[in-house]
Amino acid sequence: MNRRKARHLAIFRWTVLAIMAAFFLLPIAAMVEFATRGVGANAPRTLASFTAILSYPDLMGAIAASLELAAITALGALLLLLPTMIWIRLRVPGVARLVEVLCLAPLTIPAIVLVVGLAPIYQWININVSDSILTLALVYVILVLPFAYRALDLGLSGMDLRTLSEAARNLGAGWPTVMARVVVPNMWSAVLNACLLSVAVVLGEFTIANLLNFENLQVAISLLGRANAGVSIAVAVASLGFVFVLLVLLSFVGGRRTRTFRVM
Amino acid sequence: MAALVNPEKSLAGRPIQGGLRLPLPWLGTVPFLGYVALFLVLPAAIVVAGAFAGDHGPTLANLAALTQPYIVQSFVNSVVLSAASASIGAVAGAVLAYAVASGDPRGPVRRLVTAGCGVLSQFGGVTLAFAFIATIGGEGFITLWLQHHGINIYANGVWLYQLSGLTLVYAYFQIPLMVIVFLPALDSIRPQWREATASLGGASWHYWRYVAGPILAPAFLGCALLLFANAFSAYATAAALINQGGIIVPLQISNALSSEVGLAQANVASALALGMVLVVAAVTGLYTVLQRRTARWLP
Amino acid sequence: MTNLLSPASSRAEIRLEELRRRYGSVAALDGLSLTVAPGELVALLGPSGCGKTTALRLVAGLEDADSGRVVIGGRDVTELPANRRDAGMVFQAYSLFPHLTALENVGFGLRMRRVALAERNRRAGAMLELVGLSAQADRYAHQLSGGQQQRVALARALAIRPAVLLLDEPLSALDARVRSQLRDEIRRVQLEVGITTLFVTHDQEEALAIADRVGVMRAGQLEQLGTPTTIYSKPATPFVAEFVGLTNRLPGIVGEGFIEVRGERLPLVANGVHRGPGVALVRPEAISLGQAPGTASGLLVGTVVALSFLGAITRVTVDLGDISVVVQLQTVEAAGHPAGSRVRIALRPDPVLITGQS
Repeated sequence: MNRRKARHLAIFRWTVLAIMAAFFLLPIAAMVEFATRGVGANAPRTLASFTAILSYPDLMGAIAASLELAAITALGALLLLLPTMIWIRLRVPGVARLVEVLCLAPLTIPAIVLVVGLAPIYQWININVSDSILTLALVYVILVLPFAYRALDLGLSGMDLRTLSEAARNLGAGWPTVMARVVVPNMWSAVLNACLLSVAVVLGEFTIANLLNFENLQVAISLLGRANAGVSIAVAVASLGFVFVLLVLLSFVGGRRTRTFRVM
Repeated sequence: MAALVNPEKSLAGRPIQGGLRLPLPWLGTVPFLGYVALFLVLPAAIVVAGAFAGDHGPTLANLAALTQPYIVQSFVNSVVLSAASASIGAVAGAVLAYAVASGDPRGPVRRLVTAGCGVLSQFGGVTLAFAFIATIGGEGFITLWLQHHGINIYANGVWLYQLSGLTLVYAYFQIPLMVIVFLPALDSIRPQWREATASLGGASWHYWRYVAGPILAPAFLGCALLLFANAFSAYATAAALINQGGIIVPLQISNALSSEVGLAQANVASALALGMVLVVAAVTGLYTVLQRRTARWLP
Repeated sequence: MTNLLSPASSRAEIRLEELRRRYGSVAALDGLSLTVAPGELVALLGPSGCGKTTALRLVAGLEDADSGRVVIGGRDVTELPANRRDAGMVFQAYSLFPHLTALENVGFGLRMRRVALAERNRRAGAMLELVGLSAQADRYAHQLSGGQQQRVALARALAIRPAVLLLDEPLSALDARVRSQLRDEIRRVQLEVGITTLFVTHDQEEALAIADRVGVMRAGQLEQLGTPTTIYSKPATPFVAEFVGLTNRLPGIVGEGFIEVRGERLPLVANGVHRGPGVALVRPEAISLGQAPGTASGLLVGTVVALSFLGAITRVTVDLGDISVVVQLQTVEAAGHPAGSRVRIALRPDPVLITGQS
């Protein structure tokens, strides 16, 4: 495009980005400011709140639990979705519509509503199976379904699944081999995308854990917030930063089919 | 020439040696369907059943309870809050998405903003509430800075803990969500359309008015509806900012569930939940219709 | 239908003067000068990266030149934005607006010019008829085939009665069969309307088939500008000779005004070529074949190793021992030299170009 237009566009872009950056970074800056306050009116900045995280066993337990939940949920969602989606594409395409609707349904049923119906189910689980917080993973898989489904669907659409799997089977591969050595390696970025979105959702989840009386990361932050705001904010900042770094790293993986032109 | 396998026969239902033979292909979907049935459909059914349950069998009393003025008001508030935050989020998010999409697709700006939006769209609850209180609350540093310059934003009452404050706070995750769901539509805009418009004599505003605008409109509306549903369903942030009362429906539900008055109003909670689901389902249904229109024009 | 375009506006001249454009350290255009006469179709031909598309986009106003001028119909348009240049453009693909029907697409430029709806539809309808797509007026882009989409794009560009027509590889994204049909169609419409046209392509067959003149480009400059016949039979440089049509490379020794190739002396196209080793560029149709007895040997004797049947003509590959040559014969003739037979080649004494590389 010609130079004058390019210049106008650049001015517009940077103005918008600057305004948005200000809006979004200010509250984060407020959190960081609060979390690094020293004791006393003119005390220097300190990371005491961050290191103090280690001295709260309940908090550490909640962090560990949330990380475990994130890993289990991501893995569980993959194991549930990927074979099913591949199977449907290859063998039962008629069911694809139903599966798509089911996967997008969690967006329609708010967590607050789901928890109303989950209460009796979890009562049963806590008594008969386990009362560990990790049982939350069972419902978290449902929560991440919309995001994981969309990411995996995009990845599967980007390859000729039928041809690749038929070629592999023709050469003697069994189904597990086809999935592990042919399909997944061709959709790494989609798989990673699905995993990371799942992690982001699980680490940010509050409603269901809270109303089912489990103490995950967000609930712990909330409880601690009344007692020691500095530490709870420090944890929140740390978890935000963690997920942010993960997502940035993801953007470097894959993208073989990235658009090469700019949107005008 | 040796005879070749008839290429007309497909591989469906034909295992290779030693493979798994399933009598009916759809059995392969059973694990997934079973799981979803147990953890999604069942709770939903429980909610629906609970909405009509009473002490002595099926009743419409719970639904009748929904017509009480304070509950109707909470539905109205929820709709207003969702519509307002969806509008702000949709417009601001679309502008930000365009600023991102019109840059280098592999550049650092795009990566950072997309990752940031991924994180912030899930950000809520106490931490978000606290961040805003620290920024623009009674003692927040922006509030103090403005006071220092003679502007008192709370001259007419502290609005941060009311609907207007909630709207502002909701914008914090609505705008990033809009960027995430709207960006794919922007990415599908072909540069040839702009160039063709120019070669046919159209200026920039012609392009937006007659080409890009109409093409993006269904996607934009669909994403705005998604934002509406998202705001309507949000609970954690409101719970953190508003300590007492149930000015919006999710807060009413949590009040009913954990009522300290001693009346376990689980059935009323179910009725409220059912009401919520109907609203959100209607909105999501509209969104799906608009998505199909978008997909036709922007593959 | 020539009353659709008023003669004056469609017979404008395009003049490019010393156009230069750099992208970073790469010179996409390095001093390109060219004049397209009113009503003429000039094809810019060259490999990717030669600058032909850049040149076209400079004329259209979609890019800015670093230096030089673009003059359309006597008007210096170098500083004008694209939407004021009055140059209709057909893109390679994807340029139809997806939310409008074919008729609405064609009428789009008229809408920009505030033509009323009824008049707009009438003129758009007439343009669609010109390209033979009246029946598809209510179809959307995704309901049309690639060839049909490009015809709509052509109708759309012409509907505004532009001063000139610019085509950016309009056939490259299409199937082979559709390509040859559509290129004749484009030429037919161009002649009927009489509009000055600049056509960019990397396909030399396309360029030779429809252009009044062909400009062969390389590395941002024009290597040769001439009629298709001239470009083909009198290439000015080895690059042109090898890019357009097939060429055999025969090593030999350059003497005074001739090159000695395998015992034969061939005259040279140009003087002042260095003495000593050189490579002669010989067209396949400039070589003929005769039968040779099995025991024959010599520099001009070889074995037929492959035949490519191309309908009326056949290309015969002959292995001369140290090199292979491709000979083009009428299929009837080629039948006499099946694979494996011994043949003797004869070089027609046409002037040849010399290139230094072997």
